[in-house]
Amino acid sequence: MTLLDTLVQGVLLGGLYALFAAGLSLVFGIMRLVNLAHGDLIVMAAYLILGVTSALGLNPFAAVLIAAPVMFAAGWLLQTYVLNRVLGEDILPPLLVTFGLSVVIQNGLLQGFSADSRKLAAGAIEAQSLALGPISVGVMPLLTLISAVVVIFALNRLFYRTALGRAFRATSDDAVTAQLMGIRPQSVFAIATGIAMVVATIAALYLGVRSNFDPSIGPARLLYAFEAVIIGGLGSLWGTLAGGIVIGVAQALGAVVNPEWQILSGHVAFVAVLLLRPRGLFPRAND
Amino acid sequence: MFTRRSLLKTGAALAATSLVRPAFAAGTKIKIGYVSPQSGPLSAFSAADDYMVAKFLASAKSIGLDAEVIVKDSQSNPNRAAEVAKELISRDGVNLMLVASTPETTNPVCSVAEQEQIPVISSVAPWQPWFIGQQGNPGDPSSWQAFDYVYHFFWGLEDNVAVFMNMWNGVETNKSVGGLWPNDGDGNAWASNAGMPPALSKAGYKLTDPGRYQDLTDDFSAQINAFKQADCQIMTGIPIPPDFTTFWTQAQQQGYKPKLATVAKALLFPETVAALGPLGHNLACEVWWSPNHPFKSSLTGQSAAELAAEFEKAAGRQWTMPAGFVHALFEVAVDAIKRTKDPTDGDALAAAIGATNLNTVVGKIQWGQDNVPAFARKNVAKTPLVGGQWRRKADGSFDLVIVENGLAPEIPLGGKLEALS
Repeated sequence: MTLLDTLVQGVLLGGLYALFAAGLSLVFGIMRLVNLAHGDLIVMAAYLILGVTSALGLNPFAAVLIAAPVMFAAGWLLQTYVLNRVLGEDILPPLLVTFGLSVVIQNGLLQGFSADSRKLAAGAIEAQSLALGPISVGVMPLLTLISAVVVIFALNRLFYRTALGRAFRATSDDAVTAQLMGIRPQSVFAIATGIAMVVATIAALYLGVRSNFDPSIGPARLLYAFEAVIIGGLGSLWGTLAGGIVIGVAQALGAVVNPEWQILSGHVAFVAVLLLRPRGLFPRAND
Repeated sequence: MFTRRSLLKTGAALAATSLVRPAFAAGTKIKIGYVSPQSGPLSAFSAADDYMVAKFLASAKSIGLDAEVIVKDSQSNPNRAAEVAKELISRDGVNLMLVASTPETTNPVCSVAEQEQIPVISSVAPWQPWFIGQQGNPGDPSSWQAFDYVYHFFWGLEDNVAVFMNMWNGVETNKSVGGLWPNDGDGNAWASNAGMPPALSKAGYKLTDPGRYQDLTDDFSAQINAFKQADCQIMTGIPIPPDFTTFWTQAQQQGYKPKLATVAKALLFPETVAALGPLGHNLACEVWWSPNHPFKSSLTGQSAAELAAEFEKAAGRQWTMPAGFVHALFEVAVDAIKRTKDPTDGDALAAAIGATNLNTVVGKIQWGQDNVPAFARKNVAKTPLVGGQWRRKADGSFDLVIVENGLAPEIPLGGKLEALS
């Protein structure tokens, strides 16, 4: 029974990692940009939600509806005025820029909000749980997993069922030819980063309700997000969900043996997947 | 009108004021370096720094002490702490160094200053990681040596363990304890043979210790399951704040409800507890300083309550425990400078610090007492430690109420210990 409980908790944790990773996966899939500031942008979104909740007295879930468009605009501006200028043949400049951005965001948040650790208060729902047979499943972790599935489902629909998605895929496959067809990669990129920031805002909601956050906490979660993307296979959104769950379950199982092995087992699972399937579990065919 | 007469008058007045200054080493200016983690993950410890430094400068002026404080930020980083300590000594030429908050800042600064023979007053780090952590071979007690220039005042692990165990005795339980100890300096010390396990078995408690986990872990189901299986009615540990929040909410979700949770480190700051909302009610922690401590500042004569109230008003936030200790650092500094003929002489100043016997706002500070093991006695002075519970008020803010004072009966209780469930 403990084993079943461990697996369930691991899968639920995987939902959180998948949410962290979805935005990263989207941006990487479309423009081959590794955004090292993704973790810090999530923390920034968490502060934004916190600001909205305290200014308007809203529930964090409602505050997301206000924070998400703001983050979309921030992502759009960031891509249009900063990242588009450094994207090119050389992969190093965008990497360095996002690294610098990470430092700037951390210190900016520290200046603005101090180092006090904060948390989003969602009320009684935080401690509630559902009894599924012998296992008690927290309502918040369950919501996290459901949100991750919904987000990935929505992103997939967007990718494969809309004109914008076609533009995304076309730019990702061959930016030059897409340009000949009348698509402006720069504006496609800007919209993609905007959408990634909306996903980051949803991730921020669940991060902020689950645990405390402070300005320095972003990079710690970035690593799991990267691993989830790579385990899943670059460019595959459902793969990212699977990757998150693989890491979550591996960590939960490792922790049962000994808590010292919790984080390590996540990394070991990552290495094992890389050894057995170097391109990840569900790689896109033509990369 | 600017005339010869008025000029002479002001000149005479100036000369007079400089003559009546008390004999603080005949007009020599004392340079004090102050290092603390003002940015980075540990910066919550330094919230009161600016206020306390300004307060010291104001009171130094009023007693005629010509002092300059050079404040440096360790950025919560040990390497940076050592670097700024070197800078303070070689570039700024400080006569005395004050350092506060966590071994990550105190230890590198003390090590550098000891080498450079600059006296240091240090605080806000349990004395074991401070003293043993600076030894060449921490594993071999016979090799430990006392220091010549660095002096530390705070409490130790043994006090914290005793405070927690006193609290447990106040509640009817099955004596089964769950330990949440991370794989960091504090967690390893608590879980080691110098920490809690031997004290527990001696007092007849049964310990469930699932093992060291890494800081910033996202899932504590394994620990919660272990605690549930052993029916641990007491939960204790020393997690960092985000980890405790994750653990505690998960514990509620998965139905682990201990009668008492005594948690070190994670619950020091009111903001962290407030973030837990109703789940934070009656969580217990160690208390090193509070406005209810019956002590007075030797610098300003204010009581702990007055000092805390003034800080709250000036900084616009609730008092924090380090505030009292930062103030006490300056109290000890002024007292030692007063008793030294030439405070620019490092050896003389270090000797004066070692001979301190001062009632400060955090309690009596005197080195060489027998409540510290002989090997560390010269450099470590202990201040009192009590236990408290966070009580949620109607408006959602929290008060820290002292509920246990077995080690320091002079500190009044603010209420009775209450079980969580």
